[in-house]
Amino acid sequence: MSKQRVIVIGGGLAGLAATMKMAELGMSVLLVSFLPVKRSHSVCAQGGINGAVNIKGEGDSPDIHFYDTVKGGDFLAHQPLCKDMCHHAPYIINLMDRLGVTFNRTPEGNLDFRRFGGTLYHRTAFAGATTGQQLLYALDEQVRHYEVQGLVEKMEWHEYLGAVLNGDGRCVGAVIHNLRSGEISTEKGDAVILATGGPGMVYGRSTNSMVCTGTAVTSAYLQGAKYGNGEFIQIHPSAIPGRDKLRLMSESARGEGGRVWVPRKAGDSRKPKEIPEKERFYFLEERYPLFGNLVPRDVGAREIYDICVNDKLGVHGEMKVYLDLTHLTREFLDHRLGGILEIYEKFTGVDPREEPMEIFPAVHYSMGGIWTDYTRTEEGLIDHQSPQNQMTSITGLYAAGEADYQYHGGNRLGANSLLSCIYTGLMMSPGVLNYVKNVPEAADDVPEKLFTEATKQWQEKYAEIKKMSGNENPYALHREMAEEMISNVLIVRENSKLQATLNKIDEFEERWKNVNCVDTTDWSNPVPSFINQLRNMIQLSKIITKGALMRDEFRGSHYKPEFDLNQPDDFRPDTYLVFEKQKAAGKVNEEDFAPEHLAYMKRFAENNKKWLKSTIAIFKNGGPEITYEDVDESLIAPRPRKYD
Amino acid sequence: MPDTITFKIKRQDSENTKPYWETFVIPHVPNSNVISCLMDIQANPENSKGEKVAPVVWECNCLEEVCGSCTMVINRKVRQSCSALVDQLEKPITLEPMSKFPVIRDLAVDRSRMFGALKKVQAWVTADGYHDLGPGIREPQNHQEIAYKLSECMTCGCCVEACPQYSLNNNFLGAAAISQSRLFNMHPTAKNIADERLDTLMQEGGIADCGNAQNCVEACPKSIPLTESIAEIGRQVSGKLWSNIFQA
Repeated sequence: MSKQRVIVIGGGLAGLAATMKMAELGMSVLLVSFLPVKRSHSVCAQGGINGAVNIKGEGDSPDIHFYDTVKGGDFLAHQPLCKDMCHHAPYIINLMDRLGVTFNRTPEGNLDFRRFGGTLYHRTAFAGATTGQQLLYALDEQVRHYEVQGLVEKMEWHEYLGAVLNGDGRCVGAVIHNLRSGEISTEKGDAVILATGGPGMVYGRSTNSMVCTGTAVTSAYLQGAKYGNGEFIQIHPSAIPGRDKLRLMSESARGEGGRVWVPRKAGDSRKPKEIPEKERFYFLEERYPLFGNLVPRDVGAREIYDICVNDKLGVHGEMKVYLDLTHLTREFLDHRLGGILEIYEKFTGVDPREEPMEIFPAVHYSMGGIWTDYTRTEEGLIDHQSPQNQMTSITGLYAAGEADYQYHGGNRLGANSLLSCIYTGLMMSPGVLNYVKNVPEAADDVPEKLFTEATKQWQEKYAEIKKMSGNENPYALHREMAEEMISNVLIVRENSKLQATLNKIDEFEERWKNVNCVDTTDWSNPVPSFINQLRNMIQLSKIITKGALMRDEFRGSHYKPEFDLNQPDDFRPDTYLVFEKQKAAGKVNEEDFAPEHLAYMKRFAENNKKWLKSTIAIFKNGGPEITYEDVDESLIAPRPRKYD
Repeated sequence: MPDTITFKIKRQDSENTKPYWETFVIPHVPNSNVISCLMDIQANPENSKGEKVAPVVWECNCLEEVCGSCTMVINRKVRQSCSALVDQLEKPITLEPMSKFPVIRDLAVDRSRMFGALKKVQAWVTADGYHDLGPGIREPQNHQEIAYKLSECMTCGCCVEACPQYSLNNNFLGAAAISQSRLFNMHPTAKNIADERLDTLMQEGGIADCGNAQNCVEACPKSIPLTESIAEIGRQVSGKLWSNIFQA
């Protein structure tokens, strides 16, 4: 068989982890990236990476981490994958330490850990407040070393346009656009991995970087790949408002003791430091005595929305609350949160060590993504040799990192994304190589015609784009579409608005045809690329919005007040396990439960039967056709979530 | 008279074409940074003469000064355009590409030489493998504090743009790569090949090319102590020179 290689698209944490692992196993890798990989969006991750190393002797363990992750995701995450990930987390943190990540240390010189949302344990390893950057750099350095050794070839300033599929529908390469010369060509690969991150740009302004358009996974979807759980978009409770971007203010600010509050009196015009303690409403601490400021993100974002919109207590009457660090010492803050405090100061001109920060919720992460497969073992872990792991529904096309969909269910816990990105990249590699070794025909032996045709098809598409001379500026159209998504497909969702947005997206799709390609030169011209990305973002916004419209329930980040099951305040989740046990034994002793608890549990069970399923979108007749798939819930029984 | 901002932008169609200046006047929106203004130009690419022109090409990604992409020369000072707040800048605002790298187009330049320098100084840890080999080596807090600061370098190019020695026509490695050498030479396992790094730094383009102007440390957006790194590497190189002499 000819010499084989794997193509990795995207050089963030997931793509780099897969690249270095496969290179270690002796496989040649072609790494394709929109920009120098060191500038990938992973650098924006701030707070840390989770792993139950139990440095603080709190009795933490991978199984508790697993439970917190599944509960945090409102039981929609795929349990064997989460279990395997959480059990590998301590090793991954140790590995990253060995690779040179400058993690913060304890006085004894061990790795230090801090608290994060959705858990009661110190489980988050961190490097100041730029952990994502530090992790990315360590992997970037490993990959650079392999580049020097000749096992990895990098194509930076290149964009993935689509997969090359053979007659059997198997992926044998990728169509690549050179962002400098404008040339379009194909690269042969025995497997292709999409590690292209999330779709924040669909919402225009988010905490995401400019490259996070979701265009690569949308391209796979348009070629027939399934897309999972599109409607589950995480809104981060704390971001800094900005015209071009909503910059993240890490959850670690709360993990290190930051307190969220608003003035008790609506429209209080005093400066925050002039408001005495008893006139401040620490609403998260009051409403969630157990988790306090460290409730999971879906809960935090909803509470901020509630306090600002329903109670009208937002700072200056706006959708903003205070995040207060001023009770902590300057030295402590600089040592543990330096990077993000500098960012806040640079962009707002206010020193957060002296004045409470003003923050608000912003689109942050997509739990959903391209559908991928896995092979579980009997113990409920993952068979790392299986070629099915992380494979999309297109044979030979894989996905990893934020681009995939199974790890975070309905809501991701903070500091689990860096973990899932590195984990998927490492975990999938042996299986991908097993797939590559056993392909019926090496990509190199596939008739050339297949590749020249794929190239030609995309060259024609781009030639068409360059001819577009309508009167819509593509960037202005994108702004308009993003506003629509921000207004109607965010924290609180209503069916009438979702339906109206779907209609509106159809209008945007029509208007897209009337776009003007405002730059038609060949050299280093980003405009045709953006027009193609915009087309894909329109398709992706349909997946998100239609999925949201059809899912008539409240789960994780997907909140429809109309379908809230209204958990009684005094309900304890364990009660539900008793109820389920009795049900399984054949008879529920109704007198064992308070009537309103019983009624709630019946509603909960009924709702789960219908909705505890992954949303699957398939491209049909110009839009997503939605169906539902069961989720493996065999390891931790689903139950109501509670954080107070 | 509406409230507007004037941008004078040095444009260039490709590496080998002549640069030219173009003026854009856009509505002033409070809390803008240079990037949001470039985005406004993209959404309505019209110069001050009212001519429709191609949108300005520039690089950016994270928009929060952590990826290093959007470096350019703003009002004669090299910096990231995301953190350049318009209300704090003198008007009109001039934007130019960095001068120490080949121009790709407009404000975008080719910084691959900086990544090449990281290869030359072997800025990585040599690992035995990526399987479970247990925890890394314990390290004191003060060691981590120094290393973390050095490790924040985002290869943005400010230090070498400000450096009088670094030019399109020589092969000086520059402050960023020298500082990364210091980082890896202090790492408990990466220091195993410290000598190889020093060998590279003793060659042409190495530490001897530094003219000690100290502009780099002023220009670094992350306040990395680049001159300390240069001094430390200087000491390591002298030590190695002496030991080479005695061994010879």
